[in-house]
Amino acid sequence: MPDKNLASAPDIAGVPLGPLNPATQAVGIDREFTVKVRTQRQIVAGRFLKHRAAVVSSVVFLLVVVFAFIGPLLWHQQYSIMTNDIEVAPSGTHPFGTDSNGYDLLADVMHGSARTLEIAVSVAIVSTVIGTVYGAIAGYYRGWVDTLMMRFADLILTIPALVMAIIVSDKFSANIASAWYFLAFILAALFWPICARIVRAQVLSLREKEFVEAARALGGKDGRIIFRHIVPNCAGSVIVVLTLTVANTVLVETALSFLGFGVRLPDTSLGTLVSSGQTAIQDGFPWLFYFPALFIILIVLSINFIGDGLRDAFDPQQTRVRA
Amino acid sequence: MIAFTVRRILASIPVLFFSTLLVFLIVASSVDPLSPLRARNPPIPQKTIQAEARRLGLDHPLMQRYWDWLTGLVLHGNWGTSVSPSYDIGQRLVSSFFVTFRLVVLSILLSLILAVAVGVLTAVRQYSRMDYAATAVGFLFLSLPTFVFAILLKSWAIQFNQAVRPNGPPLIATLFEQSPNPPSDFLGKIGDDVGHLILPTIVLSLISYASWSRFQRSSMLEVLNSDYIRLARAKGLSRTKVLYRHALRNALIPMATQVALDTAGLLGGAVITETIFEWHGAGYMFIQAIGNFDLYPLLAWLVVASSLVIVFNLLADLLYAVLDPRIRLA
Repeated sequence: MPDKNLASAPDIAGVPLGPLNPATQAVGIDREFTVKVRTQRQIVAGRFLKHRAAVVSSVVFLLVVVFAFIGPLLWHQQYSIMTNDIEVAPSGTHPFGTDSNGYDLLADVMHGSARTLEIAVSVAIVSTVIGTVYGAIAGYYRGWVDTLMMRFADLILTIPALVMAIIVSDKFSANIASAWYFLAFILAALFWPICARIVRAQVLSLREKEFVEAARALGGKDGRIIFRHIVPNCAGSVIVVLTLTVANTVLVETALSFLGFGVRLPDTSLGTLVSSGQTAIQDGFPWLFYFPALFIILIVLSINFIGDGLRDAFDPQQTRVRA
Repeated sequence: MIAFTVRRILASIPVLFFSTLLVFLIVASSVDPLSPLRARNPPIPQKTIQAEARRLGLDHPLMQRYWDWLTGLVLHGNWGTSVSPSYDIGQRLVSSFFVTFRLVVLSILLSLILAVAVGVLTAVRQYSRMDYAATAVGFLFLSLPTFVFAILLKSWAIQFNQAVRPNGPPLIATLFEQSPNPPSDFLGKIGDDVGHLILPTIVLSLISYASWSRFQRSSMLEVLNSDYIRLARAKGLSRTKVLYRHALRNALIPMATQVALDTAGLLGGAVITETIFEWHGAGYMFIQAIGNFDLYPLLAWLVVASSLVIVFNLLADLLYAVLDPRIRLA
């Protein structure tokens, strides 16, 4: 791992670390160049912080998360309880207005954002973990194992995800009305090959590197080499894939829920809210459409910028040519 | 080149076979055409349900059903039996996909023209104000769900129609793929079609525009930073000539394959777009079949869709080999 080498470089060179002051020790000063020794993580974080859009987006995304998960604890209306105010425009008592059943839209949007985020994050984590393990094994063993595994992954990618999710979700939701985790499971089952492809391509080149040879010479078993040496070196692209899968899942889940095949009543996601507000603009209740739609865009846009910033941070080489 | 083409085509036949197997196994085990009959109240006699199961070929084990369906499809061109007796799956497929096909082709053309123009301009003027603006717009469209954009356009068009011509026929069509009573003369019919195509085409094209313009920009930048472009400039060629003759032509190669890869994926977006604008194309055929638990039309739809993905992947491969001769040697 490169970061360990960097951090311990003064020790290896035999350069004394100076007076035993904890502050200097932590920073670690290289005498000749007086350049701070930075770990790989610090370098990446530094590059990320220079990407202005990504930093702003991180703040926006965190605010949306707080809004979705902490908001319902603070806001006195609940998403499932009707009020006596029917189709009220945004005001002090109902900042986002109410719909034709008297539901408070602010509470609805909070709950919907939480549901959408829960699905997106769990799909991203599950599909990325599966895809990483799968891709790493295929890339490490090469040969017929690789051919067989990747042909299967390609096969899944030939199936249109949205359409297949509609077909399969119908069966699950008929049995259990509000089981959003089935929806998450279906989407994860359709999305993992994307990550597997990317990880495999990277493992194919990493497995030829000297540190893998060294690990093998020291008697490392295959499992240890793959998961302790190769996979941590793919961390950059895996994290980028993870973020972009979150964005993609939000788009697919809200589209499914919009069409009536994702999250279903009595549960709420941002997609179902947009669906019930789809004629609201010309009917004179535009807030019913704009607020949930705005939150979808806010979530996806901020994640896309964060993903862009992470990509630049992990792979500055790419930025120089492909901005 | 012929050997390469033949090899690639032969390699995609087993993929096609396994993709039909996977599709059949998933769809046939998720969709039960008999469930509306079973749920009926008062309950209908068991005998009727069994007769229906026999008519639809559901009374066999799954693998045998797959084999019967596949041989019927490959040998006799038989797509299977719909739950409603008058439904001809083959005919319906052709007419539905034709409606969608028009929409998809037009929107690909529109977004391709926009994406190449913007991609090249932003690459040539990298880090200019225009570049940043185009990047921001690109990110916005990348994050804009198809259905949100479609509803916005539709609502705006309805409000525009009401403002401009409150009592007459709408100026911009917001529903259906043609008027209920389309004009019979040729020019009138074309005009009617175009009027109905405008909004859905814009919706569908701006979805792919976002990623394609980014892609075109980065491939153009890569070419512009390469040595042979510097050489072309150094030997005295004019800037315009270098841009169009040397840079753009090479930067279009990865774009061509990307477009081929993304084309089949537009079907998902077309389902959403068609639902909002109430078109009677492939999206409607699919949603209707889902509502009726109509197994065989769904299978037919998915087989066509995943075959399109495979064919376009193949096309992307071949296109790349034709445009970039170095690939064939690899």
